[in-house]
Order: sequence, then structure tokens, then C-alpha cells
Amino acid sequence: MTNTTTRGKVLWTVVTILVLIYALFPVISILATSFKAPSDLTSGKFLPTSGKATTSNYEQILVGDAQGLFLSALRNSIGISLIATFIAVVLATLCAYAIARLDFPGKKLVLTTALAVSIFPVISIVTPLFNLWRTIGLYDTWLGLIIPYLSLTLPISIWTLAAFFRQIPWELEQAAQVDGATTWQAFRKAIVPLAAPGVFTTAIIAFFIAWNDFVYGISLTSTEAARPVPAALAFFTGASQFEAPTGAISAAAIIVTIPIVLLVLLFQRQIVSGLTSGAVKG
Amino acid sequence: MTSAIPAKTTTASSSDPGPRLDAGNGKTNGRTRRAPQQYSDRVRAERRLGWMLAGPAFVIMLLVTLYPILQAIYESLFRFRLTAPDEREFIGLGNYGVILSDPVWWSDLGTTVLITVITVAVELVLGFALALVMHKALKSVRGLLRTAILVPYGIITVVSAFAWFYAFDISSGYVNNWFGWLPGIDENLNWFAQGPTALFVIMASEIWKTTPFISLLLLAGLAQVPDELSEAAKVDGATWWEQMRKVIIPNMKAAIMVAVLFRALDAFRIFDNVFIMTNGAYNTEVLSLLAYRQSISRLEIGLGSAVSVLLFLCVLLICFVAIKLFKVDLAGTQGEK
Repeated sequence: MTNTTTRGKVLWTVVTILVLIYALFPVISILATSFKAPSDLTSGKFLPTSGKATTSNYEQILVGDAQGLFLSALRNSIGISLIATFIAVVLATLCAYAIARLDFPGKKLVLTTALAVSIFPVISIVTPLFNLWRTIGLYDTWLGLIIPYLSLTLPISIWTLAAFFRQIPWELEQAAQVDGATTWQAFRKAIVPLAAPGVFTTAIIAFFIAWNDFVYGISLTSTEAARPVPAALAFFTGASQFEAPTGAISAAAIIVTIPIVLLVLLFQRQIVSGLTSGAVKG
Repeated sequence: MTSAIPAKTTTASSSDPGPRLDAGNGKTNGRTRRAPQQYSDRVRAERRLGWMLAGPAFVIMLLVTLYPILQAIYESLFRFRLTAPDEREFIGLGNYGVILSDPVWWSDLGTTVLITVITVAVELVLGFALALVMHKALKSVRGLLRTAILVPYGIITVVSAFAWFYAFDISSGYVNNWFGWLPGIDENLNWFAQGPTALFVIMASEIWKTTPFISLLLLAGLAQVPDELSEAAKVDGATWWEQMRKVIIPNMKAAIMVAVLFRALDAFRIFDNVFIMTNGAYNTEVLSLLAYRQSISRLEIGLGSAVSVLLFLCVLLICFVAIKLFKVDLAGTQGEK
């Protein structure tokens, strides 16, 4: 009720602006840096000095001399994250279906294992894998990252999907069968459309997590063959060894942030429901 | 939930498995013997299908975590340096002795605990405030607020680390310029050349990036508090603070506990921000970085594995304390239908 008064409106505008600044400021900050010319980087100003704003940082990483480094990292990140997401979502869908729909001993064991895996310190997995991967030739390969990424993407996928699938009214399937559909038809027509949004949301969340990985990325790769973007950013070097790669890193950071922000803008409702239903209540 | 006959019988019989079914069979006469037999076939088929579907995910989870940790435990018992593989030697718990008697371990543990406690405390307050804002916001801005709050969640931690690093960096930063009027801040302040200020930026970046997660969990918790309760409190003349303390917060205790535990475990494993900003210099090293430095930079596989195992034990300890002390019922609030 107080919301509709003028004072309430002013208050809410202020609060909204504060939240927007909080959430977006660091992003805008690195965006501003990415347009600074090398000579302008030390100006101590937030924005590029007027007239000096330049896209040369973007040119350097997209078509210039840092191109090889950045584009291969981008390709690795996209490929590895997509494959890890795909495998995790397929396996998690089967698993979550079984948990929500079937009765078998060990259900709780599967969920507890998923929980335990998700709290596992990544670094504790990396050390032995580092040694093992070197021995069996998986070090610095796509597969060498896809496998450990499953430890990040599988547990959250199982939890999120199990929560989604529990809310599906499975009786619909029976109803469709009573109406003359075959088992498969009933499943496809009645259940798949209800389950699809959950599967899709889970895929987005799993992709976020794989895309965000840093520890595996820097520990299990050494060259452009498999090094993903976050790791590549950390090992970026400037155009010359006397120049800090600040501009190039900022530009690269912006490029890898754009797809994420687009995903967030497009699917914010689904992401929120997916995150919270998986984590708080089934 | 119940999908007609099969599901119903299975829920009944899953609590009393095989042997009792047979005992029952013996007492019943021949005429009714077939029915339970048939059901138990179905039960068996359903169990088999359940494990066929859930099995692959379960096995992979074990392979990607249980196997490496067992390997780490094994390797931690050797003096083993990758550059000198011939000198590999079994030394039992020797590596643990070396680590636990080294002040570096204790100083890194202290830094990690400090970061965990401060970030989780700040995030809980900030996240709760953001959750309240989202919960009470006018319909027209609710979507906008949610989207904005989700942005940090989506940003790569490394990108967030660079954004904060460049803002505070002595050469490329603008923070010194902007906040020069504050005591202690001037253009020559090098935030990353001393522990406390470096930790401040590291924690700020961590807080910015992960508060959205905690606030979404708390928002879900808020949504579960029945409206009638706060209405009733309001009618009874309770102030806003009293409503919070007596009605809202007690009713969302489970959500708060889960959020705090998850964030604490996550913060305890902090790595990316520290690696980017200081790489552990000036007493900002955390345990994950110590493990990384031992095994991947120095190739001391034995020592590195021992640090990894100790870190894992710390995480287990946090979980154990949380579950025992605060009665966080992880499996209960989520696992059962």
C-alpha cells in the first residue's frame, strides 16, 4: 500500500537504481577499460579520455596478433563446455526421471552422492588427475577437461532436474494412455512438453558452471590445444613484454561476457526458478 | 505422484523387501499366491530400470571424484617429485607431518577461514537485503531487478576478478582517484602490495560475484513464509523489526542454513580471485592455492596430494559441524518427496 504513495515511488526508484549500480558497475567498469588506448590506461579516469576511445583492443584479440591465443581459447571453451553440458544433462535427465518416477532402493544414495560431489574441493581432484592425465595422455586435451567438468555439471543437473520432475503430474501419462495413446506416445505427448523447460534450464545452468571453471582450466592444460578462455585470460601477455595486456584482457573479458548476459536477459525467469527449486526445495 | 497400481504397490513393498514377501506367501493359500509374486516381478523390474537409468550418472560421479581422492590419499604417502621420479619413496604420513608443522599451512588456513567468515557474513546481510527488495518490489521493476541481480551470477569469476583488479590497480585504476578524500587512500596507495588491502579487494570481488546466488535462495525462502503469519503480526501491532525477527526469519531458517552452508563451502575453496589479483603474495595465499602451487607449479605430487587431502578433510569437517550443530537437514529438506 505504501508503495503507491509518492514517497514510496521515490524510495523504490532510489533502491532500484542502487541495485542496478551494484549489479552492473564492475561490468561497465571493465567495458570502459576495454575501449582505452594503451596511453590512456594510466589516466586514473573511469571512462576513456574523450577522443581517445579506441577499438584497437578488440582488433588485437580478434584479428590482430593475439588472435591465435584468444580465438582458440574461445573455441575450446565453447566446445568443451557444450559437450560437458550435453553429457551431464542427458545422464542427469535419465537419473532424475528414475528418482522422480520410479521406486528403487538407493535413491537417496544417488542424491547424497550428487550433494557430496558438488561440495568436493576441485583442487583435491585436480592434483591426482594432473599426474594421471600426464601418464595416460589426456593432459592438455578436450577429453581431459570434459571428464572433470562432469564433476561440476552433473550434481547440480541431477538436483535441479529431480526437483523439476517431481512437480510434473505423471498421471497425465496414464490419462493419455486411457485415451488410446501407446506408452511411447503418451510419454512423448504428455510428459516431454512438461519436462523440456526444466531440461533446458538445467542445460543453461550447467553451461554457466562449465564456462566459469578456472582451476581445471589452468591445471590440466598447457597450450592452445585445450586451454579455455578463463585460463587463457590469466596467462595473456601483452603485445610486447613491456606492455601490460590490460586492454586486451578487458576486451576479451567483455566478449566472453556478452553471451552470458544475453542468456541471462532471455531466460532470467527460468534460471531463477531452476536455481532455487534445485537448491532449496524439491 | 502415484501412477496407478505399480507405483502404489512398490511404495508399499519397498519398505519391506524380499524375505517378508516370501514369509507372507507361505502363510497364504495357493489361490492368492500368484498375485504377490507378480508384483514382486514388477518391483524387481522397476528397481532394475531405476538403476539402469540412474546408474550411469552415479558411476560417473564416483569415477570423477571418489577415484581421484583415493589416488590423492595414496600419493600423499610418498615422497614424490615429478622432476625426480626415480627418488619416489614411501614415507607414510611424513608429508602430513611436514605440512602441519609448517607455519605456511596455518597462515593459509587462517586466511582461508578469514575470507570464508567475512564473505559469508556480508553476503548473508546483503543477500537478505536484496532478497527483501526483490520480494517487495513493485511489479513493474521486479523483472528488471531480478535480471540485474542475475548478471553477477553469470559473469565468469576470472572476469569479475580482473574488473575489480583493474579498478583498484595503482596504474590502471580509478578508485584511488575517486576516493582520494577518504583517509588512508591516496594516489600512491598500492592495494595489492599489502595483505589487508589486497584481501579487501579479493573479498569485495567474491562478495559481488556470489551474493546473487545467496539472495535467490533467500528469496525462495521468503516466498515460503505464509503471508497470513506476517499479516497477523502486523495486525497485532508488531513493528517491522519484530516481524522480521519473530516471524519471517524463524520461518525461513532452513533456507538460511542451506544458503550459508553452501556459500561457506564455496568460499572455503576460493581460488580464482586470489590467483588473478595477488597469486598469494603478501599473506593472501589460500589453501586451494597452496595445493595448486605444490602440485602443479612445483610438481611436488606427494606434498600437493597431502594438502589436497587435508583441504578435503576441512570441507568434510565444516559439513559435519553444520549438520550436527545447526541441524541443517540437507537430504531431508530436498531429498524426499
